[in-house]
Amino acid sequence: MEIFGVPLQAMMSQLLLGLVNGSFYAMLSLGLAVIFGLLNVINFSHGALYMMGAFAAYIGVTSFGLNYWTMLALAPLVVGAFGILIEKTMLRWLYRFDHLYGLLLTFGITLLLEGVFRSIYGVSGQTLDVPEALSGATDLGFMILPNYRAWVVFASLVVCLATWFTIEKTRLGAYLRAGTENPKLVEAFGVNVPLMVTLTYGFGVALAGFAGVLAAPVINVTPLMGSNLIIVVFAVVVIGGMGSILGSIVTGLALGVIEGLTRVYYPEASEVVVFVVMVIVLLLRPAGLFGKEK
Amino acid sequence: MTLNRTLGYGLALAVALAAPFVGYPVFLMKLLCFGLFACAFNLLIGYTGLLSFGHAAFFGGAGYITGHALTVLGLPFEVAIVLGVLAAAALGFVMGLLAIRRQGIYFSMITLALAQMVYFAVLRAPFTHGEDGLQGVPRGKLLGVVDLGNDLTLYYVVLAICVAGFALIVRTVHSPFGQVLKAIKENEARAISLGYDVDRYKLVAFVLSAALAGLAGATKTVVLGFETLTDVHWSMSGLVILMTLVGGMGTLAGPILGAFLVVALENKLGDLGNFLAGTTHVEWFASLGESVGIVTGLIFVACVLLFRRGIVGEIAAVLHSPVSRRRT
Repeated sequence: MEIFGVPLQAMMSQLLLGLVNGSFYAMLSLGLAVIFGLLNVINFSHGALYMMGAFAAYIGVTSFGLNYWTMLALAPLVVGAFGILIEKTMLRWLYRFDHLYGLLLTFGITLLLEGVFRSIYGVSGQTLDVPEALSGATDLGFMILPNYRAWVVFASLVVCLATWFTIEKTRLGAYLRAGTENPKLVEAFGVNVPLMVTLTYGFGVALAGFAGVLAAPVINVTPLMGSNLIIVVFAVVVIGGMGSILGSIVTGLALGVIEGLTRVYYPEASEVVVFVVMVIVLLLRPAGLFGKEK
Repeated sequence: MTLNRTLGYGLALAVALAAPFVGYPVFLMKLLCFGLFACAFNLLIGYTGLLSFGHAAFFGGAGYITGHALTVLGLPFEVAIVLGVLAAAALGFVMGLLAIRRQGIYFSMITLALAQMVYFAVLRAPFTHGEDGLQGVPRGKLLGVVDLGNDLTLYYVVLAICVAGFALIVRTVHSPFGQVLKAIKENEARAISLGYDVDRYKLVAFVLSAALAGLAGATKTVVLGFETLTDVHWSMSGLVILMTLVGGMGTLAGPILGAFLVVALENKLGDLGNFLAGTTHVEWFASLGESVGIVTGLIFVACVLLFRRGIVGEIAAVLHSPVSRRRT
């Protein structure tokens, strides 16, 4: 069976690959949106912290003999704790200045982190084995489904939806949304806003770390893996706008799929297709698909 | 004040004229080109309040066009430079038109994404030779007469180009147009309410900045005789931000000083590391040369946290403020 001259098998595997990439876009842009909502900071170091998550998993497995599942829980905690350290010691002092300084600081942190990992591990990549329980593939009849890739999509969807549920439907989320609207008033009601800000940053960053662990077995773990991704994620954020949590998730996944489809029909354009979509969205709907200008 | 400024410019020019007799001309020319690049960038961040994260596209893009014009098309020096500048201006027009549709932090993200698109275009385009870049770009002759093969001759041509670019920036900043840009930076809503077509002013400033960044990039290609992907990579956009930040955003001389410091640091970091390793016997310093990223990252973080006004900005603040305000 063929679709527009492309065998179904090839088509489905590219679509799955697109969904996998889309999951990473979704998790990272979700973290960026949550952080931006409360802190008004665009966290450039998000990519570097994603890289750190992947390296944490690699180090945990190869040097400490821990297994993948332990690292899946541990690495986000490590990255989150590191994020809290960044927020407490550096980012905190910049809130009263122009938002641009937050971007510049996190850009500097990105260079620093990449430099440190580069001086230890070099630029060539490390690989991490797929955990045993998820190795192999399932034959679905119309395609061969690699189990690990299915797991990546599933796990990230669960995490994204759990985040959405927490922010939109729980009491904690209500505080968070209120803090986004008017932090002074929320503080007057007795909520510890500075603590909330710290934890939000830690959580957003932990999401990036989680994405890093998920990515480690399917891609080459290199010090530069984050910075190439973060620029695409910025474009995703511009396309979706950062006003809506669900919007970030949907935009991330959709762009991953669009990228996958482009790889089938016009491979040369696959690395720029997200930017092309961004240009089109800017021309037609400058505020972004789900955006409200801030 | 004006006398001081005239004296300052005169002194700087005298130093620049004498410099090639003391230093290595090619390195000095590189400093000059990056100085102009940082000043062009500063026109946006320092005087219009727009943080472009995509200036590498103009710097490197113009470099490639000029390099191609000289190497393959065999065009004269002046024509090649002008073509590079025009290409950067055209690219700036398109990128500016798109990016100013969003404000603040989104503007930075859009310029970064568009510049990344340019990076991939350059990587894939046949005339740029991908990873190898352009090699052996000839310097040619100025107006068909003056041979630029001589480093000293080229130095004075480059100095003239950079001084002209810098003069244009100074003139722009002090013109009524520059005052409107400043108003947009301070309070965009008020500028709109006063009846200024803010988007058009932003776009003109963006194109001007892109063209001057292109002039710097085109000149740099001629000086060094090659052009590679480094110049269009996002890290170059970051580097020019660092230069401006170190020297002082929104000061005229700051970006030049910042560019000198950053370029010198990049070139001499290995020597500095070896020196430190030799004197302190700490082995780690010897590898400093390969850790440019760590050092630039540290400077970035330190500047943002401790001296946001940059070197020139801090000096100016100390000189011009009464004692009571000095501690702010």
